[in-house]
Amino acid sequence: MNKKKETALVVSQKEIAPDVFDLWIATDMAQMALPGQFIAVFPKDASTLLPRPISICEADKEKNRLRIVYRIAGKGTLEFSKYKEGDTIEILGTIGNGFPLEAGEGKKVFLIGGGIGIPPMLQLAKELEADQTILVGYRDNNTFLTEDLALYGKVVIASEDGSVGTRGNVMNAIEAENLSAEVIFACGPMPMLRAIKAYAQKNNIKAYLSLEEKMACGVGACLGCVCKTKDVDHHSHVNNARICTDGPVFDADDVEI
Amino acid sequence: MINTKINIAGVEFKNPVMTASGTFGSGMEYSEFVDLNNLGAVVTKGVANVPWIGNPTPRVAETYGGMLNAIGLQNPGVDVFIERDLVFLKQFDTKVIVNVCGKTVEDYLEVVEKLSDQPVDMLEINVSCPNVKEGAIAFGQRADCLFDITKQIKKVAKQPIIMKLSPNVTDITEMAKAAEAAGSDALSLINTITGMKIDIHKRQFALANKTGGLSGPAIKPIAIRMVYQVANAVKIPIIGMGGIANGDDAIEFMLAGATGIAVGAMNFVNPYATTEVLKGMEEYMEKYQVSDINQLIGAVK
Repeated sequence: MNKKKETALVVSQKEIAPDVFDLWIATDMAQMALPGQFIAVFPKDASTLLPRPISICEADKEKNRLRIVYRIAGKGTLEFSKYKEGDTIEILGTIGNGFPLEAGEGKKVFLIGGGIGIPPMLQLAKELEADQTILVGYRDNNTFLTEDLALYGKVVIASEDGSVGTRGNVMNAIEAENLSAEVIFACGPMPMLRAIKAYAQKNNIKAYLSLEEKMACGVGACLGCVCKTKDVDHHSHVNNARICTDGPVFDADDVEI
Repeated sequence: MINTKINIAGVEFKNPVMTASGTFGSGMEYSEFVDLNNLGAVVTKGVANVPWIGNPTPRVAETYGGMLNAIGLQNPGVDVFIERDLVFLKQFDTKVIVNVCGKTVEDYLEVVEKLSDQPVDMLEINVSCPNVKEGAIAFGQRADCLFDITKQIKKVAKQPIIMKLSPNVTDITEMAKAAEAAGSDALSLINTITGMKIDIHKRQFALANKTGGLSGPAIKPIAIRMVYQVANAVKIPIIGMGGIANGDDAIEFMLAGATGIAVGAMNFVNPYATTEVLKGMEEYMEKYQVSDINQLIGAVK
């Protein structure tokens, strides 16, 4: 698989929740995109040098388009949010390993997304052939992607303020609805991932977590975005793995989070 | 026909474009983007005698026109480097400069000795990393310490050595003169400038290490000034670096007195940066009818 950096065209962009943007990009990277992979998006403003890692929400191989859904978190993403149809966008990809589909195929699976960790669950839900329950956690009733996700499985919603779905987080929703699974795929904030790891260990089920860290090169050279690993990593020869290259998806048992 | 060949301490490079240590791994990751055969040299990430785990995360933070890093010289150790990374690099027709790091003089000497019979063209001695607490930086911040370690490494090194200078000193020419007096064959500068960033929303440091090394275009004027000062203080050749993004930046370093130049943080911004820098340098030479790139070295007095 070859990574490349290219100037692509924006097909469309709209705000789907406050500060959350839904952007389609015309690019051949759609052909090689795997669920759980991400792309690096480069701001054009030279004062913001580094690429922003953004997960792939959907890959439309027929129309040759990638969809990213992201939240404005700073100057870079603010710039991206202003892009309109026909504008150029600088991207590098596709990056990372993606979720191991084979680990979930034919099984009872939870797909869990928290906040801006929800988007990669869409392409995963599309490609995974399993009995899947999709759990999504939001802060409030400003939900997004729930209708898209509902096309591919049962969607269970949790919100911190209780305005929609179960009050609390996705773990509260699992308990409230008395749900169970054999495998978990998850992406979201670290407290959520820690809770999922603990839940999976307690119930003796496999969990695959998509991790995030501040990144620089995005190609595995700078060693900026590492996570602690249980065993000595095959590449680094220390207890550290590169999230951009060896991840972002890890077996929960293999990482110290 | 233009000549881009340069010579540093008897080693001939097909062009002055190199990679700045720590920004290019050992070339493997960027070989997907860049033909390493086109580079003057690959300068590797720091290699220690044993594997180093580096600092906690976050290790990187963006700043205006630059970035801070506190990787802490994570590396797999010299044995893995020789068996895996060096074998990979030797497939290419480019010079290999190994960046050597350590916490004690003995650490450095062990790496230098292990590399002595390896197909390595030069050694760059990293005495100036601001992110390793154990004291390595002291070698690069006190002229007497720099003199001593240079002298000891020079005794065991089979390849020509390049002492990499820290900009975090009062007078960089004092350091340059000490390294030259102790027998260093060349100098590289500048390493990163110690900086800090605070996240005002979380009210915490952006880096787990609190401080980090500032690199990128933001530091280029400081690097140009220091290359100029050092070039006028010593006779040994200089590899200049600090925010080089394109051919024009590289030419500026050569005019200030650098013989070789290295692309660092800008590899992260543009993985094709090294190739584009070389192309830009050649375009400059054609535009101004410079037949030999060596004519540019220190041409602005």
